[in-house]
Amino acid sequence: MSETTAPAAERELGLEGVGCERRRKEDARFIQGKGNYVDDIKLAGTVFGDFVRSPCAHGRIKSIDAEKAKALPGVLAVLTAEDLKPLNLHWMPTLAGDVQAVLADGKVHFQNQEVAFVIAEDRYICADAIQLVEVDYEELPVIVDPKVAMAPDAPVIREDVEGKDTVGQGPRKHANHIFTWEVGDKAATDEAFAGADVTAREEITYQRVHPAPLETCGCVASMDAVSGQLTVYGTFQAPHVVRTVVSLIAGLPEHKIRIIAPDIGGGFGNKVGPYPGYVCAIVGTIVLGRPVKWVESRLDNISTTSFARDYHMTGEIAADRDGKIKALRVQVLADHGAFNTHAQPSKWPAGMFSIVTGSYDIPAAHVVVDGVYTNKAPGGVAYRCSFRVTEASYLIERMIDVLASKLKMDPAELRLKNFIQPSQFPYNSVLGWEYDSGDYPTALNKVMEAVDYRGLRKEQAEKRAKGELMGIGIATFTEIVGAGPSRNCDILGIGMFDSCEIRIHPTGTAIARFGTKSTGQGHETTYAQIIASEIGIPSDDITIEEGDTDTAPYGLGTYGSRSTPVAGAAAAQAARKIRAKAQKIAAHMLEVGEDDLEWEVDRFRVKGLPEKMATMKEIAMAAYGNVPAGMEHGLESVDYYDPPNFTFPFGAYICVVDVDRFTGEVAVRRFYALDDCGTRINPMIIEGQIHGGLTEALAIAMGQELLFDDIGNVLGASFLDYFMPTAVETPHWETDFTVTPSPHHPIGAKGVGESPNVGGVSALSNAVIDAFAHLGVTHMPMPHTPWRVWQKANELGIDR
Amino acid sequence: MAKTDIKLTINGEEVEATVEPRMLLIYLLREHLGLTGAHIGCETSHCGACTVDLDGKSVKSCTVFAVQASGGEVMTVEGLANGAELHPLQAGFAEEHGLQCGFCTPGMLMRTYRLLEDNPNPSEDEIRVGISGNICRCTGYQNIVKAVRHAMRELGHKEATE
Ligand code: FES
Ligand code: FES
Repeated sequence: MSETTAPAAERELGLEGVGCERRRKEDARFIQGKGNYVDDIKLAGTVFGDFVRSPCAHGRIKSIDAEKAKALPGVLAVLTAEDLKPLNLHWMPTLAGDVQAVLADGKVHFQNQEVAFVIAEDRYICADAIQLVEVDYEELPVIVDPKVAMAPDAPVIREDVEGKDTVGQGPRKHANHIFTWEVGDKAATDEAFAGADVTAREEITYQRVHPAPLETCGCVASMDAVSGQLTVYGTFQAPHVVRTVVSLIAGLPEHKIRIIAPDIGGGFGNKVGPYPGYVCAIVGTIVLGRPVKWVESRLDNISTTSFARDYHMTGEIAADRDGKIKALRVQVLADHGAFNTHAQPSKWPAGMFSIVTGSYDIPAAHVVVDGVYTNKAPGGVAYRCSFRVTEASYLIERMIDVLASKLKMDPAELRLKNFIQPSQFPYNSVLGWEYDSGDYPTALNKVMEAVDYRGLRKEQAEKRAKGELMGIGIATFTEIVGAGPSRNCDILGIGMFDSCEIRIHPTGTAIARFGTKSTGQGHETTYAQIIASEIGIPSDDITIEEGDTDTAPYGLGTYGSRSTPVAGAAAAQAARKIRAKAQKIAAHMLEVGEDDLEWEVDRFRVKGLPEKMATMKEIAMAAYGNVPAGMEHGLESVDYYDPPNFTFPFGAYICVVDVDRFTGEVAVRRFYALDDCGTRINPMIIEGQIHGGLTEALAIAMGQELLFDDIGNVLGASFLDYFMPTAVETPHWETDFTVTPSPHHPIGAKGVGESPNVGGVSALSNAVIDAFAHLGVTHMPMPHTPWRVWQKANELGIDR
Repeated sequence: MAKTDIKLTINGEEVEATVEPRMLLIYLLREHLGLTGAHIGCETSHCGACTVDLDGKSVKSCTVFAVQASGGEVMTVEGLANGAELHPLQAGFAEEHGLQCGFCTPGMLMRTYRLLEDNPNPSEDEIRVGISGNICRCTGYQNIVKAVRHAMRELGHKEATE
């Protein structure tokens, strides 16, 4: 009856399921220049739109004169806030409960803010016309420092919300204040500090950076005037959310909106939120009846859409003389820029920052985060990390080193002493999380052995004796990813589940659709592997589709390492529904009871009569012709997966650097990264994610920073100034792993894309600072550029 | 603005066009000829996403005027394969996971193509320096280096086997 009699193990390999280093399905088009990114989309009659932007960071608009621009041949329209007002689209709601100006309404709040939208026949004419729009500004005092923003007599940045008690995330205490978020037991923490043998305190700023994927943001909006159907192609990490948001703000019925996310050239958090460009392109196509394309320039991208971090943190840690940590206290001033457009689950103004106790068993903790407005671009996105997790992880990993230095204890030893032990899982952290699984001591010991940690410390001591600088940085981080349980997490009231829909065709091949959207992670490859292992159809016979809201089931998108934990779980669950129905059909085909069957790789066999079997292929055909009485035809399923908990990937990283005390240059000699992301679906892709995440960590730790001068000019928003590591600056990465499956995820997977960024920044920064630790240094601000590092050497008098 | 007639060879085919002198080569390729393989990542010649081959040299087509390419020979990623047969570099990138989002890939392929034409046996350092005008935000370069070595093996060059 079977078409193949190969042994089970062989058939299992042939599926290319979970664990297989399957080559990627998406590559064929990319290596031949046949990818389809948003700027590659050419609809007949497309016109091009772009912004007139504000040169000043804070000012009143006295007048806008667009007459000359409008007179230029080829210019079709110039939109200003006045034109959007009748449509009520001059402001739009943000995901965080605030509002953001689509086009400046009488006032500009940051440099390069969108002031007018010019639409022309092509990009060249559009660029010419932008130069012809004359805008007169009355400049106002500018605030770029969040501490200054909270001064009692600080100028008011957001007059539109002046006097409001809340802008969506709780009570405000100052005109430039957005929210206070407090978690933990203050009294217990204060008490622990009062009774502690040792305390340490450090002010740590995680600088403002930008995700800067290689493809900038953009869209093509096209309104079909006859059917009233709006189609928007765009760089959307969360296409369904965009559809709902467009429906809510533009007042269009949701079924008349189709959002398509084509191939996306990297996201890293930059492509989650809605931006003024999308709204203006949509208005443009409605007004003109022609498709309107908007694509950011690099400068626009770095200076306006979604920065990350800008967290000004004060950490305090208390411990026993022997190094047992007693308490942690953290205060944060969070600079959100001119509008609160951070993309976190709605109820979490500081995201998952309360993961700040990290991998350590800390009995008391208290955290306060205050969000404030400044005259800087809006944002606060998660740049390759789960919501605010990298800030939290950096804080605790630095504080552990600071404490170690105070106790004159080895930082690895201090970590081992304070780890949450494997026997403590599931572990309830004092700040309210239930960690699902972990084995931190094994991970760190494995890495220490691999790099010969003791040998490195010995070498370091010898080098120090000779006046040379060598640093060893450790990070033993815990992430919290896979948002999330809908009881905790929603966006605009929509629970953060995700979805998968599978259809098996009569000949035994399949298509599966998802609510997520790959931005390079290889979903077309890995999702098929999950399904293949569950239902015994080879990966190559399963088409994966994402990104079209007309066909995909509703989902919340790809960010915060949520695709595998949430949509990957939905894939397994949907596949299990298929298998359950297949079992009923097989029982009917083989004329036995369902319970008489057992599953083997790709078929059901009759227990005790192994030669009696029905393969998935045969069952698929039967599903369309020979179903049991009373059963519906077809073989398909859909699953909306609401995870019972987050997943908690972790890792142990060790980084070794040599610092040139004369020039401040830092050379990464060795970087060893052990990651535990639970069950490993495709080790090749995991390793690729880790290489990429570590390289972005290198970028942040060693060079990236969005600086502003006193009048709000953004300094360095091009790739000339904003650090992008090339193959020359990027070291060789060594990777390793342990596997501690998530107990609540259907296949035990945890998500991995962001771990290397979270752990990498801490390990690199700890290494640089460790190079100076013997000289009494406990803090050096990121990024550790040669100039900054040299300044420290100079201050210590060791650069001569 | 006055326009100029230009004539060039692209992927072995003669092409004639009438363009504004200020039109960049990348726009000619992408907007007028439908060759959207080369991408725009920065417009300032830093990222290399727009890299194509012009008269035997890698150029960043975002900073070359179309008129400068007149009379020249251009090769883009669309011309890299030999019919249905992939160039060893293309196969190497897929085999060694040398790409993720794929946005930098056409530029990387054209750059590494020229690199191996000029120096068939580059060391790892030479490969890294050779692609340092091309930024990749996703892969961390390690697998791109592997992909180039894979292609070198395929092409029978020697460094890769060491
Ligand atoms: S677009 Fe040409 S180098 Fe970046
Ligand atoms: S693969 Fe995404 S930029 Fe290189």
